[in-house]
Amino acid sequence: MMNSPNNHKRTVTTLVLGCVLMFGFGFALVPLYDVFCRVTGLNGKVELVPVHPDKLGQVDKTRQVKLQLVAVNNETMPWRFKPEKSIVELSPGEMYQTAYIARNLTSGFMIAQAVPSVSPSEAAPFLNKINCFCFERQPLLALEEKAMPLVLSVNPKLPEHIRTITLSYTLFDITPENEQVAALGGGSLR
Amino acid sequence: MNTTVAATHHHGPASGIGRWLFTTNHKDIGTLYLWFSFAMFLTGGCMALLIRAELFQPGLQLIQPDFFNQMTTMHGLIMVFGAVMPAFVGLANWMVPMMVGAPDMALPRMNNWSFWILPFAFSMMLFTLFMEGGAPNFGWTFYAPLSTTYAPPSVTFFIFAVHMMGISSIMGAINIIATILNLRAPGMTMMKLPLFVWTWLITAFLLIAVMPVLAGVVTMMLMDIHFGTSFFNAAGGGDPVLFQHVFWFFGHPEVYIMILPAFGIVSEIIPTFARKRLFGYASMVYATASIAVLSFVVWAHHMFTVGLPLAGELFFMFATMLIAVPTGVKVFNWIATMFRGSMTFETPMLFALAFVVLFTIGGFSGLMLAIAPVDFQYHDTYFVVAHFHYVLVPGAVFAIMAGAYYWLPKWCGNYYNETMGKVHFWCSFIGVNITFFPMHFIGLAGMPRRIPDYALQFADFNAVASVGAFIFGFSQLIFLYNVISCIRKGKQASAEVWEGSHGLEWTLPSPAPYHSFSEPPQVK
Repeated sequence: MMNSPNNHKRTVTTLVLGCVLMFGFGFALVPLYDVFCRVTGLNGKVELVPVHPDKLGQVDKTRQVKLQLVAVNNETMPWRFKPEKSIVELSPGEMYQTAYIARNLTSGFMIAQAVPSVSPSEAAPFLNKINCFCFERQPLLALEEKAMPLVLSVNPKLPEHIRTITLSYTLFDITPENEQVAALGGGSLR
Repeated sequence: MNTTVAATHHHGPASGIGRWLFTTNHKDIGTLYLWFSFAMFLTGGCMALLIRAELFQPGLQLIQPDFFNQMTTMHGLIMVFGAVMPAFVGLANWMVPMMVGAPDMALPRMNNWSFWILPFAFSMMLFTLFMEGGAPNFGWTFYAPLSTTYAPPSVTFFIFAVHMMGISSIMGAINIIATILNLRAPGMTMMKLPLFVWTWLITAFLLIAVMPVLAGVVTMMLMDIHFGTSFFNAAGGGDPVLFQHVFWFFGHPEVYIMILPAFGIVSEIIPTFARKRLFGYASMVYATASIAVLSFVVWAHHMFTVGLPLAGELFFMFATMLIAVPTGVKVFNWIATMFRGSMTFETPMLFALAFVVLFTIGGFSGLMLAIAPVDFQYHDTYFVVAHFHYVLVPGAVFAIMAGAYYWLPKWCGNYYNETMGKVHFWCSFIGVNITFFPMHFIGLAGMPRRIPDYALQFADFNAVASVGAFIFGFSQLIFLYNVISCIRKGKQASAEVWEGSHGLEWTLPSPAPYHSFSEPPQVK
């Protein structure tokens, strides 16, 4: 057992390899976490890709689901941001169109990104978005106002015990991250 | 033994400062680690006293809230990475080669490097206190976005300091594993290893598994801050909760990294002073291993209030409670070891006994915190502060002190002053309990942690806790004095040092020669 430099080499190589693997695993946790949240709908994460209208399923007229629409401004985001209608009742399978109204209250061009969250998180996989303003960056000129469209449907497979779904959008100012676009007045985005 | 003595004459330590800068001797490096960790213990302790001084009364007296936050952050980081972890590595450096009958650590030059990274890492971290915007102020858990979007500019130095500490710990762990696996004396089978060696082997594997994850999470922070990525930034499609998952995936095993070697030390000391063999050696090894394995599947119990799904809350709650089983086995074994033993109560034994009692109290408050529904009430209150200080101060720190007193005569050849040791113990014991026990009450009453000012109803218990903190803090100077005077002179220690001691390290003369076991001993 003593004086075995070859053993040391093997031990150290294995352990260093283990370290490198675990460093990689730390980064692998990022996509893993995302996939896990999407598959289970945990953490209120919703798919950021549109659902095709044909895939909505049969309209279930026997029950109604209350949908609460919430708008939140992140930290210092100065826009006025609110839903057109904050509470609606709809049947599962029914396609519903509404909008969020945003107004840039500043005197400069800005770009925003809305990030959705669904509560209870169990309902997240059953909230199908056909079109959503959160799929894209939202540029607004100074003092410009815009109705940002939202078309959605509740999947008829929604568990019976869920009667109320809250869909919340948080609006983030992403102008600093898109400085070049902003400098051009947002031309490339329009 | 003659060859050992002869070798000592020819290859003694180099003279001057070069001895410490270039040393590859495991005993020298162990000493460096221990002194470094003691310096950090006092530094972090001064920060704790500043915190307690501010909290002595409600209202803002001494320091501003932002500086208070810097103090809580730095206190936590320094105590975890600067005091407790290097102290255990120092003890491992000193004791593991002597316990397994090896001449030195497996990779002596890397050993030198892994120590000498630390002073640079901690200088860098401490210098952030003098930088514009101040030191990190986001708590030792550095949750994003506090540590990214809202962090002071010095956060970058903090990130690199954490990288360096991580590299140091990983190298230390590799060295310890290589020593234990490859350098055992003939006849020293795995199931004959002393428990301190066993617990360190398992700890070293935990370090290898989770320190790279910590390096990963601070790298992600670095990229979010400087390179425009959005790992933890919701606007860019990231998720701040992800930070907490990755951090605690490191953080929970880290908790056991700080306590498993303490289990090992106590499992060495109790049999010595009970003059009986350790009860249930094999079950101790398996209990340690199962605690280590379980530590990877409980991390989200630190995050019950982030909005986990019910299934997740239940899973992490029960998995956490499961850890109480192997821990209970250990406590049972320690008590069974003492049962009908002929016990004496020298200082190491006093610290070890206090460890068993007070760590168990910390374990029980941990069980309370593990219950998800009540954790919603306790989360981020002083109850949590009381819990983790009970497992870390009279847990990890008392075990380190017990180990220091226990092996000190072996290291320097002299006994420390027993009376002074006992005074140190009783001051520490009383001080620790006065400090942290009232925190249970103010926590249950709802006082949040990490605040510089608080509601009036918490005033009395906070004043009591502050008094206890100063008793505990200043009693460490007795320890310092005792150690220094023990190094200088004291009653000559025999090879066995303690009447009931067993193991290879006690076959070496005291002080242990600079080069020991150049010829491997035969273990029967």
